[in-house]
Amino acid sequence: MARMKFICDAERCIECNGCVTACKNEHEVPWGVNRRRVVTLNDGVPGEKSISVACMHCSDAPCMAVCPVNCFYKTDEGVVLHDKDVCIGCGYCSYACPFGAPQFPSQGTFGVRGKMDKCTFCAGGPEANGSQAEFEKYGRNRLAEGKLPACAEMCSTKALLAGDGDVVADIFRNRVLKRDKGAEVWGWGTAYGSSKAGQAPAKEGGKS
Amino acid sequence: MSKSLLSMAMLVTLGLSACMEKPQTLGTKTDAAPFTGTGDAPAAFVNGGWKAGDKTSWEQALRTRAQAGQNDYAKTN
Repeated sequence: MARMKFICDAERCIECNGCVTACKNEHEVPWGVNRRRVVTLNDGVPGEKSISVACMHCSDAPCMAVCPVNCFYKTDEGVVLHDKDVCIGCGYCSYACPFGAPQFPSQGTFGVRGKMDKCTFCAGGPEANGSQAEFEKYGRNRLAEGKLPACAEMCSTKALLAGDGDVVADIFRNRVLKRDKGAEVWGWGTAYGSSKAGQAPAKEGGKS
Repeated sequence: MSKSLLSMAMLVTLGLSACMEKPQTLGTKTDAAPFTGTGDAPAAFVNGGWKAGDKTSWEQALRTRAQAGQNDYAKTN
């Protein structure tokens, strides 16, 4: 299997925050913690674009590189997860992450900042799959239930795509060919390595 | 004499062992792969169409789900 990836189609996102709500509800995320949020670029300006942002589960994740206690690990599916029993809540990952994904609950058991919390691609954590302990720390493990992340499955306009990188890229490519614009995928170059990833192809006559 | 020496040696060994540092393992626990399923947990929310432990069927189920749920161009209506 290829790596699990997110794609947010800015041409389709209507800033409804359905993904944010789905995530919070599915994982019972506490107040003040937003694993996913919708960001509007050029808000109020004609042609503004909205995108849904969370942990992108980077190929070469900077959070993993800077963590002083090595609490991160990557699954075979390319999902970046972390162990809350090891996390010391130092916040280095928050500074390193280009997407602002790491979140820190204000009422934690470890100091003021609490242990880090972030999107798990609905894959839980190191506890037993589907266990109560896993749910309480990381939320539901939908991948082990044979499902895809709740945010993408809930998206009303299917702007947010999640799953096997080959499959979601194929779905997105088909869309771009049909509408002949909007080939840019925000964050792909940063998350998945290539400076050309997610950019519109150099061609004449494109609408975007 | 040898008895007292032996007991002395034992005392010294015990005393020094108390000064040793406790082992501190750093790192993460191993995580079960998602295709192994949710184990003994209630299966009420588990999606059908694949067999727990069979990686190929799990991957195929996710691909099918992604296409059916997210690719609106594949729909006929």
